[in-house]
Amino acid sequence: MQQADARLSTVLEEARSKSKKKKWRNALTILLFVSPALIVYAMYVIYPILATLNYSFYDWNGSSVGTYIGLQNYVQLFSDSIFWTALRNNTWITLTSVFVQIPLGLIMALMLFAPIKGIRLMSSVYFFPFLMSTVAIGLLWIYMFDPINGSINQLINLLGFENVAWLSGENTAIIAVLFVIVWQFAPFYMILFRAAIVGIPEELYEAADIDGANPWHKFSRITLPLLMPTIVSSSILAIVGSLKAFDIFYVMTGGGPNHATELMGTYMFKQAFVNFNMGYASAIAFVMFFIALIVTILIQALDFYRQKKGVFSE
Amino acid sequence: MKSFSKIPLYFIAAVLLIVSGYPFVYMISTALKTQSEFFEQPFALFTSFNLENFTNVFKLGLTGYFFNSVLVTVIAVGAVVIIGALASYPLSRMKFRFNRVLFLLFISGMMLPIHATLIPIFKLSESMGIYDTLFALIGPYIAFSLPISIFILTQFMREIPKSLEEAAKMDGCTHLGIFRHVIMPMLKPALMAVIIYNAIHLWNEFVFALVLISSPESMTLPLGLQAFRGDFAVNVPGLMAALTLASLPILIVYLFSQEKVVKGLTGGAVKG
Repeated sequence: MQQADARLSTVLEEARSKSKKKKWRNALTILLFVSPALIVYAMYVIYPILATLNYSFYDWNGSSVGTYIGLQNYVQLFSDSIFWTALRNNTWITLTSVFVQIPLGLIMALMLFAPIKGIRLMSSVYFFPFLMSTVAIGLLWIYMFDPINGSINQLINLLGFENVAWLSGENTAIIAVLFVIVWQFAPFYMILFRAAIVGIPEELYEAADIDGANPWHKFSRITLPLLMPTIVSSSILAIVGSLKAFDIFYVMTGGGPNHATELMGTYMFKQAFVNFNMGYASAIAFVMFFIALIVTILIQALDFYRQKKGVFSE
Repeated sequence: MKSFSKIPLYFIAAVLLIVSGYPFVYMISTALKTQSEFFEQPFALFTSFNLENFTNVFKLGLTGYFFNSVLVTVIAVGAVVIIGALASYPLSRMKFRFNRVLFLLFISGMMLPIHATLIPIFKLSESMGIYDTLFALIGPYIAFSLPISIFILTQFMREIPKSLEEAAKMDGCTHLGIFRHVIMPMLKPALMAVIIYNAIHLWNEFVFALVLISSPESMTLPLGLQAFRGDFAVNVPGLMAALTLASLPILIVYLFSQEKVVKGLTGGAVKG
């Protein structure tokens, strides 16, 4: 009996060490699979964010040793009127993206389901702007907005208005660039909406037809409510994208004239790589990161809340 | 009456068509004009057919920028596909303690403003002695393509039935074997999406190139175009030729496989 017990315990012991060994092997496998990605990611994403935070406490020109100045960069930043202009312009991009770009994308998507000819041509051409590089788009539109030889002013002249020096006017420059942003990104939302519209069951419209619904009712009672998830996720993409905006402003206006179209991104770039105020630029960069973080957390929290509410209502 | 009611629809369709397409028509038609023709009639479309601008653009170094862009894009996308797929495998198909945290860490990179990493990456590439070479771009390009790639790939990998994996395990397959012979072959559509998405984004990438490259020999296309602007201060047709040539590759790929490109570009956003 005792012998049997002893045998059992050795068997158990063996099994335990085997499963322990297996666990270790498993951990090693996981590590091997994940480590290449993790190393690159740590080196070029995680470390730089922490380093940026660290740099932001220094007065530093990028080459010599910096001087530790605590929160002074941040204090200076919050009283820097250019920074506030930049923040305001970033907000303008966000608002334009959500309230102009996304509705336009929806209209474009709906047009692809309209009972008219030429849908294939439309779906191809509507998507073109999204494929071009932002630099190329910026350069192209600089000439479209040219005060003398630009097509936009040509059109305005035809309509009986005076020429406008779009990109050199402090109030008009931002309008011009925002227009180009809408032009470039509306097709992206068009595609998202198109995919969502395809997914709406045809029966719903057939049923509505039987009830004698008009097109507007069909849109407002069927299409729009069912597109709500897409509208929400598009808005998230638009908000996040707006915080990152840089290329098109850098190319078209460089943040000018007189900082009128400055963004957090362009201002950070100038402070870092034109003026070599690397510490100050790091503070701007970290504020950008922080805002993105807050926005992300807010979106996650809203999503969590929405899901919880969904559970309750079921 | 019925067709009459379609007039507003055709009107909207036409306006959108003109707004979307006209800049391209203008670009190509201007690229085909000589400079004096442009100044005489800046808005006349396709009045001349002059290829001189295109040959000039090549002389000014477009081929070099082009080659650099191809090189960087191919290397970075290739690496992202391998590294990203490897990482996605345990993240989507194995249970372990830090799985969720690790996944969120990677995914949250999608929200990250690149500017928050620019200065340290600039210093890093200087201290590694690769500043102003194409190597400087490859690391950041891989790192910043990982979040979306892992996002797309894990979504697809979760859909692959567990039973296939178990059968392979019975046959004595290791995890690497399962990954190579079971998972990868089933992942083709997802890999396609990852390749297209990243290739287009990296082909057009500007910020890192602007910060990490300064000499013309190492410039990629977007940076080269920006440099052309100085060379072509008043030569609008010349610049338009450069823009046309730089945009052509993606437009051609798009026209040949529209569905794939559209799917790839929205792969991360269109959730199943």
